[in-house]
Amino acid sequence: MTLMTHPGRRVTIPGVSTPPEHAPVPSPGPVGVPAPGPAPEPATRAVLCRGRSGRVVGGVASGIADHLGVPVLWVRVVFVVLAGLGGAGLLGYGLLWAFVPEGADAGDRPGTAREQQQAIGLVALGVGLALAAAALGNSWSGWVTGPLGVALVGAAVVWREADETQRRRWMSGAGAVFGGGRTGVLRVLAGVGLVVAGITVFLLNQVDLGQVQFGLLAVVATLVGVAVLTVPWWLRLVRDLGEERRARIRTEERAEIAAHLHDSVLQTLALIQQQSGSGREVRRLARGQERELRSWLYGPLGYGRAGREPVRGSLSETLAAVAGEVEDTYAVSVEVVFVGDCPADEALAPLVLASREAMVNAARHAGVGEVSLYAEVEPTEVHVFVRDRGAGFDPGAVPEDRHGLADSIHGRMERHGGTVKVRTGPGEGTEVQLAMPRPESGEHT
Amino acid sequence: MTEQAPPPQGVTVFLVDDHALFRSGVKAELSRAGSAGPGTGAGILVIGEAGSVDEAVAGIGHLRPDVVLLDVHLPGGGGAEVLRRVRAAQPDVVFLALSVSDAAEDVIAVIRAGARGYVTKTISGRELVDAVHRVHAGDPVFSPRLAGFVLDAFSQRPGAAPVGDPELDLLTPRERDVLRLLARGYAYKEIAAELFISVKTVETHVSSVLRKTQLSNRYALSRWASDRRLV
Repeated sequence: MTLMTHPGRRVTIPGVSTPPEHAPVPSPGPVGVPAPGPAPEPATRAVLCRGRSGRVVGGVASGIADHLGVPVLWVRVVFVVLAGLGGAGLLGYGLLWAFVPEGADAGDRPGTAREQQQAIGLVALGVGLALAAAALGNSWSGWVTGPLGVALVGAAVVWREADETQRRRWMSGAGAVFGGGRTGVLRVLAGVGLVVAGITVFLLNQVDLGQVQFGLLAVVATLVGVAVLTVPWWLRLVRDLGEERRARIRTEERAEIAAHLHDSVLQTLALIQQQSGSGREVRRLARGQERELRSWLYGPLGYGRAGREPVRGSLSETLAAVAGEVEDTYAVSVEVVFVGDCPADEALAPLVLASREAMVNAARHAGVGEVSLYAEVEPTEVHVFVRDRGAGFDPGAVPEDRHGLADSIHGRMERHGGTVKVRTGPGEGTEVQLAMPRPESGEHT
Repeated sequence: MTEQAPPPQGVTVFLVDDHALFRSGVKAELSRAGSAGPGTGAGILVIGEAGSVDEAVAGIGHLRPDVVLLDVHLPGGGGAEVLRRVRAAQPDVVFLALSVSDAAEDVIAVIRAGARGYVTKTISGRELVDAVHRVHAGDPVFSPRLAGFVLDAFSQRPGAAPVGDPELDLLTPRERDVLRLLARGYAYKEIAAELFISVKTVETHVSSVLRKTQLSNRYALSRWASDRRLV
């Protein structure tokens, strides 16, 4: 049971200034139709059963009043009015008396003497009206009672089938029908007028106009009237649909994040626990996961490209992927910093491969866990710097059979018009500086 | 590594991070690296910590630390909000941003809000001690990544925003050289040797770059921020 604010005896709808007395008369039918207009929403809706303490005849009216949360007087007045319409009120009261069970302790408010008097007066009035209507014949009341009866029975059936939440929603929806102050009342009056006119004309089609035309007119008028009356329900329906759609999107997003975290982070954490003996392996797993999560969090390219249009197959993407491979293979961490970007075309492939070789060398020979890569794309040239703070070496003392630096870096770069500089020395770390001219300057995006 | 000797009474540090585990890790790291022996940056004293914007503002106002280590992402408005609320009342408190974030807009936002530097949480204890002393001495601390972001923001490539105020919107060639070396992972001393200038001059260039980053209205800078409605 959801907690709801208890507005007392009136529905508090913003913008409604009409006191309940001036609102349209509620019309709870014999079986308990939702009362439009002032209907407080009780925290707990009583089960429909006949009242005992406040009863005058059979306790039906007080039972319905408890169930709907409306003053018992209104229910009685409605029965009286219906009694005038061909005795429908009497019939409905009788049926309810027969079929609704008597409540054990229902009717917690003992009727006052004045209420009793009032009720007895109303009973007399209702019986009188019913007799008068019968005496006058059915010419007037017949066509009102018929459709009204059908409508009330239909509404009652729907009401009984609906669950508690739906009922409450309808109650507030009914409040919304009369919402909107003066314009709301006007709209309701216009709608009711159109519906009544339509039904009247449809039933009294013995007027002298063309039958078909008139029938069409009547149907259109009825439909328009119903449409005008139900505007708030339509609006509510559209809002509900939008809300449902947003909720579904949120759910899907949550599911996607959960799935991603499960596939990546949780798996890695499990692996780390298994490998906790090997520091190198733990480091490799953690670094790989960190890289993956960052690229997932900060956009398709990651590495500080957030807020930028990603360039598919860009140099930064390619170099980041290569750096990731080196990290995974050699259990080092490569800090990648880019300035600018460009497409990774054929002409830059040697640069990427040379950068990879430089990172691999740093990872294998420097003896430190950190390598930094800095790439800057300029209009005419691309620079890549691969640096470590490790052992360094004496360039003159590199043995002849060590081809990595000579072939993979120097040879490759120079064949394609690039240049290589190596700054190093024993104990000073190593920095490989690569420069490659860009094939078509000005193509930069 | 430090160029400045730590003041005799030590540097007081206030930690702001919403992860208590990370705070205790940094505290342990600072005390270990701080007492590792002569030559390393000794004399760092963590005098307080906070896990949210409100706690941080209250704690900093009460304890008046020399340096605040500030996380970028915090409940209640983030590191930039702490800067906005504290700097008006206490302009002499220095902030060093410490974050796991790689996103340019996060980093640039705290720098523009007044932080004197930015380092990532993977920084070693020794480097962190060094950075704390450096910002306390008045010098900015640029991680390679921050240097890269700033270079990118001030780039003069085709399609970049027009320059409004050359004094603020352009980097001098020398500042660009210094930033490039920072982005390549060079320390101030190494940059000085590389460019044949004094460490003091390197610091002056970096301070100037920091000022331009904080004050320039370059489209690229504001775009990063406005994309996430940070400005």
